[in-house]
Parts: sequence; C-alpha cells; structure tokens
Amino acid sequence: MNTTTATPLRAASTAVPISMATRLSEWMPKLVLAPSFLLAFFFIYGLMAWNGYLSLSASRLLPNYEFVGLQQYATLWESDRWWVALKNLGIYGGLFLFFGMAIGLLLAILLDQKIRAEGVLRTVYLYPMALSFIVTGTAWKWILNPGLGLEKVMHEWGWTSFGFDWLINPDRAIYTVVIAGVWQSAGFVMALFLAGLRGIDDSILKAAQIDGASLPRIYWRIIIPSLRPVFFSTLMVLSHLAIKSFDLVMALTAGGPGYATDMPATFMYTMAFSRGQIGLGAASATIMLATVAAIVVPYLYSELRAKK
Amino acid sequence: MNTAVTPNRLDWHRLALWSVLLVFAAFFLLPMYVMLTTSLKDMAQIRDGNLLSLPTAPSFAAWDKAWSHACTGIDCGGLKPFFMNSVLMVIPAVLISTLLGAINGYVLSKWRFKGSELMFALMLFGVFMPMQVVLLPMSQILGWMGIASSVWGLVLVHVVAGLPSTTLFFRNYYVGLPDELVKAAMLDGAGFWRIFWRIVLPLSTPITVVTLIWQFTNIWNDFLYGIVFSGAGSKPVTVGLNNLANTTSSVKEYNVDMAAAMIAGLPTLFVYIVAGKYFVRGLTAGAVKG
Amino acid sequence: MGALSIRNVRRSYGNVDILKGIDIEVEAGDFLILVGPSGCGKSTLLNIIAGLDKPTEGEIHIGGRDVTHALPKDRDIAMVFQSYALYPNMNVAQNISFGLEMRNVPKPERDAAIQRVSKMLQIEHLLDRKPGQLSGGQRQRVAMGRALARNPTLFLFDEPLSNLDAKLRVEMRAEIKHLHNKAQVTTVYVTHDQVEAMTLGDHIAVMKGGLIEQLGSPDEIYSRPATRFVAEFIGSPAMNIVNGQRAANGFASHGIDLTLNDEQRALVGNGHAEGILYGLRPEAVLLSDAGLPGTVSLVEPTGPETYVLVDTPIGKMMARVPGKVHQVVGDNVHLHWSANEAHLFDAKTERRVS
Repeated sequence: MNTTTATPLRAASTAVPISMATRLSEWMPKLVLAPSFLLAFFFIYGLMAWNGYLSLSASRLLPNYEFVGLQQYATLWESDRWWVALKNLGIYGGLFLFFGMAIGLLLAILLDQKIRAEGVLRTVYLYPMALSFIVTGTAWKWILNPGLGLEKVMHEWGWTSFGFDWLINPDRAIYTVVIAGVWQSAGFVMALFLAGLRGIDDSILKAAQIDGASLPRIYWRIIIPSLRPVFFSTLMVLSHLAIKSFDLVMALTAGGPGYATDMPATFMYTMAFSRGQIGLGAASATIMLATVAAIVVPYLYSELRAKK
Repeated sequence: MNTAVTPNRLDWHRLALWSVLLVFAAFFLLPMYVMLTTSLKDMAQIRDGNLLSLPTAPSFAAWDKAWSHACTGIDCGGLKPFFMNSVLMVIPAVLISTLLGAINGYVLSKWRFKGSELMFALMLFGVFMPMQVVLLPMSQILGWMGIASSVWGLVLVHVVAGLPSTTLFFRNYYVGLPDELVKAAMLDGAGFWRIFWRIVLPLSTPITVVTLIWQFTNIWNDFLYGIVFSGAGSKPVTVGLNNLANTTSSVKEYNVDMAAAMIAGLPTLFVYIVAGKYFVRGLTAGAVKG
Repeated sequence: MGALSIRNVRRSYGNVDILKGIDIEVEAGDFLILVGPSGCGKSTLLNIIAGLDKPTEGEIHIGGRDVTHALPKDRDIAMVFQSYALYPNMNVAQNISFGLEMRNVPKPERDAAIQRVSKMLQIEHLLDRKPGQLSGGQRQRVAMGRALARNPTLFLFDEPLSNLDAKLRVEMRAEIKHLHNKAQVTTVYVTHDQVEAMTLGDHIAVMKGGLIEQLGSPDEIYSRPATRFVAEFIGSPAMNIVNGQRAANGFASHGIDLTLNDEQRALVGNGHAEGILYGLRPEAVLLSDAGLPGTVSLVEPTGPETYVLVDTPIGKMMARVPGKVHQVVGDNVHLHWSANEAHLFDAKTERRVS
C-alpha cells in the first residue's frame, strides 16, 4: 500500500483554530441569499397560499376569512362570464400560438438566407416587443376603428363593401386581440428561432447538400426537427403570455363589447377590484395558476433534470 | 447558414423572399406609422382623410395636449404627472432588482451549498407565475405597510417580482465564469464580498446591461401592477395612457390618443433602438434557459 | 520537520470514496508529484491540501501547523491552476500583487515584490498587459509569478502544462524545474503525464482509485515498481507483462521456460498459486540471433530509437532498440534478455515479489 520514505517522528503541531472569521465566511453565502430567497419565497408561495385561502372564503368587497369551502369555485363555474372568458382564452391562445409560431418561424427561416439588410429587418420585426401592451392596444384600437380606421382606407381604395367592425362586434372582437397580440410577439418568436437556427452545426447542412438534398427538403427534414427544443420553450413562453393577457385586452377592448372579449385575467381583475367579489376573483386566479403550473412545472422539471 | 445561392443573380427565389420580408416589414411598421402620422394631424384631417394619409400640416399640438392638458379621468393634467411617476418608480426598481439579482446569481453559481439548487428552482417558478395570484394578498400587505398609495409600493412589488428573472440571468451568466477564478481569489486571500466587487462584478458588464434593459422595459411597460397597486398620486404612465384613451369624454380626439401612446412608448423604444442587441440577448436568455 | 504532512486523509461523497486513506510526509524544499489516471483522486487531494475542499477524515499539517480547518488564505500556500485563472480585468502587475493587496501589504512592498518576481520570470515587459493579450507560455509565467509573490510555505500546481502544445510543454517544464532549484519552495504538483512526473519530481506518489500505489523517488518507481499498475503506468512504451506459473526451472509461460535468477527463485518460493506476472521493460528486450523466437508485427522508428513489436509464443513483446533496425514486418527474429531485468508480480495481488 504505502511505501513511504523514512518517516521522521511526527512533531506535535499547533492547530489553527476555527476562527469566527472562518465560520462567518462559511455562512456568508447562505446569509446573503436568505433575504432574497425568503422574500421571493413568501411573495410567490406565501401569497399564493393566501390567495388560495381567500378563494375558499366568503370575501366580497373586503376580505372575510370565513371558510366556505368550494362555494366560490361553484359560483365561478356557474358564471356565464367566466365561461366566455375561458372560451376566449382558448380561441385567443390557439390562434395566438399558431400564428405567432408560424410567422415567427417563417421570418426566422427567411432572414437566415443571408439577407443583406438582416439587421434592419430584425430591428423592425422585433421593436413591438419593446412597447407596452397598452401602447400596442391603443394603436391597434385606432387602426381597427370601425368607420375611421382600416375600413375607411379600404373604402377609399375601392373595396366599398369591406366592413371591419370587429372591434365592436361581440363575436369578432376577440380576433382583434389576436391580431394585436401576434403583431407584438411574432418578432420575439422570430428571434428565438433565429438563434436556434444559427446554433445548428454547419457541417450537418453541408453533408446534406452533398447528399443532394434541396433547400426546402433540408429545412423540412433536418433543420426544423432539430429546432424541437426551441419549439418547446417558445410554446411555453407564448402560452404563459397568452394566459396572462391583461394589458392588451384592457387597452384594446376593455373586455368589451360588454364582456365579449373577457379573459381570465381581466375577469379576475374586474371581480376582485371593481365588482367587490374578492373571493370569486381569488378563485379565478387560482384556476389561472393551476393552468400555468400544469404547463410550466413539467417543463421546468425536465429542464433542471437535464442540467444535472 | 450557407446556401449555395449566389446573391448577384436576379432569381425568382430572392425576389419572392424579399417581397415576403417587405410585406411583413410593412405590417410591423404600420402601427408606428399610423401612430406618428395621426398624432401630427388635426381632428378635421383625421375625419376627412384616412388612416394612411400623411399629415398635410403636421403639428405637435396633439402632443402638447397629451402631455399637459388631456383628461385622464377626473384630472385634466395630461400624461406628465404619470410620466414622472413612472420615472420615479422605474429607476429604483431597476437598480435594486438588478443588484440583488447579481448578488443572488453570484451565490447560486459560485458558492453553492446544500439546498441552493432547490432554492433556485423554487425561485424560478416566480418567473412564470401569473401575477393575478398575488394581487389580492399583496394589496393587503401594502395597505398594512402604509405604502399602498405611494410609488414605493410599486417599487417594492416590482423588485420582488423581478428578483427571479434577474437572479436567473446573472446565475446563468456566472455559471460560465470559470470556478478557478474564484478559487484563485480565495487563495489570494479575498473573501466572499471582495471576490464579488473586485473580480466577478467587473466581469459582468454584458449581463448587467442586458438585465438593466430587460428590467427597464418590463417595469416601464407594466400595467397590471400599475393599476392595482397605485394610489391617486402614484399611477404610472401606462395607467395614464389607458385612462386617457378610454375616457368617455365628449369627443374622441384620436390625435391626442396617438400622441399619448407615443409619449408612453418612446422611452422603451429609444432604449431598444440604441441597445437592441442587448434587449434581444435578454429575450433569448430569458426564454431559452441556458 | 516536514513542510507538509498528510495524515490518513479520506474523502467521500455519499457512498462514493474518492480518497481512501492517504498518508504522505513531504520535507521542506521537496518537489512531490501526484500522478495517476483520471479519477484517481489526485486533484481532490490537491484541493484538500489547498483548503478548497474538506476531508471527511484526516488532517493536513503545513509548516508545523494543523490547518485542516483553516481557510485557504490562512494556510500560507499558493496555487497555479490548469487554466491559470488570471484575473481578466486586471493587468499583469495587479494580478501578481492581488494576494499581497488582500493581505494589506503596503504599496512599496507590493511593488518590490512585483519587481522581484517579474525579474525572476522575465516578464517585466508584460506588466501593463492584460491576460487576454498574453500567449499561453506568458500566462503560465504570470500565474507562477502570482504564486511566488507571496513567498508561501507551499506551492501547489494543478496540471499547469496540460493546456500547452507539446513543444511549449517541454520548455515550460524546464522552467518550472529551474525555478524550483532557485526558489526551493516545497511543491506539490499534480499531473497525469508520467514524463512530467519523472523529470520534475524528487518524490512521486502514484495514485489509483483513491489510494497511493507507491511513493518513492523517480528511480525507485522506475526500477522497482511496487505493483503491476505502477510498472505499466510509468515508462513508455509500457512494460511487457507475461502471465505464467511457477515451474521446475523457475518460471514457465505458455509452455516456454523462462529463467529466474537465484534471488528471484528464492523470493518466489512455492507460493503464488494463482500465477506470476513476469515484467520486462522494452529497453531490456534485445534483438539477437538466439532466444525466444518471434515474428515482427510492427516497426515504429522515432528517430533516436525504434520500437519493434514482436509476436512470440508467450505473447506480444515490445522491444526498444537504439537507432534503426533492418528488420521489417514479417521477419523472424529472436528475443533475448537478462533474468536480472525481470520484474515479478503475484498474479492475484499484483504486488511486487521481486
């Protein structure tokens, strides 16, 4: 095992004691992280739990901590307006995701083709993300203004029968939100896909070209499949944006006409802060949380697992 | 990506490519164009002309009104007070959340301890959580703390809400800094804080810029917290804009609405144009968890 | 009194034992090498000596003080990392004096140290540059300068030459040796390269699986390897090892008798029921007209010598022949060696018998 050279008698040596400084330096990282962590933890999970309790309480205009079980949830599911909000979320979410991803991917692929003005075009496609949803909503509200907006332009260009009253049409209004939402976010999707495309190893593409594959073929069979991780993370971010849509709806339609464009987020706000139905609002918020968690938690879990 | 097409030949592919790109560019630029031109017109021209026509006699009258006289509910003082509120709120919120994020990221990447990864994962959920779920309890707390109607209430909320994101950015960046750098500094006798100030922070310029821009954009553009957590005298510019554009006053003045929208949007737009590269980095860093 | 004393150091992570009990005494001024394959625990041991990692059991004594629980900065040691870990935001002079700055050494003394060290390493002309502007060899010197500036009791090197190309590696190796001769600081040097180990070390600890297989001078390690692992790890090309059994004349493998000298016969005795391993360094194997017959299967000329791989009845044998050979692949040759050159190991324990 050990063939040491001649071992001299080990002299007793003085021990360096574990000083205060040493102990402090061991604890320092934990001390430093603790306040932020506690704060965030409380803010996230503590308040979540509190909200959960509110949703099980009889609160109306003011918090009332009387426990009433799932009554608020029952009221929620019986509410016409809530169902409208859910339906709208489905419509909006589906269209927003589809068009956002499609346009974003298309733009990314096109921009990847060695365009001279790539930088300028990228800036143009992406600038909407820098704007507040309120600004976006206000602008689009004007553009889609029935009478003075898009409709008028179309009339003056000759399409006199063109009618665009979607903004005030209860059945169509939700689609205006889709238009504005896609306008705002497609550039973001493009940026993500572009980064993903740029990350693909060049040699794979060269091999495919030598193998004789045409450009569309290469895209369809090799590039797009290798963008799967980007698809997932983009899907996740867009879904979570869609579920949280509040600002855009408020600015564009204020949930109207009536509550035709209500979404869970605006529903929650209206109930909690202008209708004096705190318990109901809390219940709707909890449902929103559950939906987001159902999507995000598995994703986060798999991401962090993969990192280990 | 390398394609085999030589750029000089005029071929139909390139033409089609460019047409699509330009059509989309027009689509994206349209609202900005409309906002700008409408804000420079007077109401007569707006009614007679159409959305896309250029202003015949451009004037900043609408801008002036939006800034100082427009009605935002009961008050008719324009966007100015709201703009100022936003400024007062954004600066401390951005600086504090960025600094705390840097320190947290530093701890989580270079001073890992048992449970720190779990703590990080738990914090991470905060990036995605729908804020609706904390609105009610938070307004209660701010009320108890006595800051519900002041700018500080908003600052606190934005700092706490922004911590998970800023921590994520810095932590992912610092993970890329070699651990041996910290070890060498430890051997040289530097402790936790000295290593941070003298070595780690000086090397953080790129991510700091990204985080500052990201936080500035998100906090300035926020509406939800602005509307829930502000009192009469602390409403940010987004709330002001929404009020202005939605007041059911006698006549709708679209040019003022557009001018107001431009005023509210210009700060973040300006930052984007100047430092867009960093903004994009923030977007891609935030979404594609590295 | 030893400058460094490692006493029964163990390190485990949960169920995995990285270090299983290390005992080493290092004299002042000695150059100790820790060498071994990846995963043997040498870097972990170095980190424990440095204080960057804590042992599960055991003690570290530096310069007569028990530093097992002391912070790295209180151990009076300096370390050169594989990546050099120079501070990118500071210039060379600041890098060198950072450690002194952290200890509140006044500026004039710091400047004196910078001068002394940069002169010794001939990097005076680089003092204003940042690490990003330096070549690999220059960075290495700055890293050593940073370590030297503090006049520590102990120097630690963590594979500092791994990032350099072959030619630079040879140059820097010589520089490190030269520096050690001049400064005479006790040094512990970790490497996976056995050539570095043999050329730089006063003592070498060959490690495997968290234990020390052998600790000794380069000559001891080379001429009298304590285990089969050490025998095969040190020396390139590796030692030829042949499996065999105790036989009437001494030793037999694959039906061929191999002579043992008297001493070997005595040490082998009648034990080693599972067999004996017979080792021969390639330089001990000679091509001649008589002896073990075989066919040449590979000829590798390196310039100063030629490696010849020969297929023999007892297995493939590598011979190391000075200069050039006239044999080609397919030729029949005979191999011959002196019994004194053989290293014998027990086949079961793989430990040295003779």
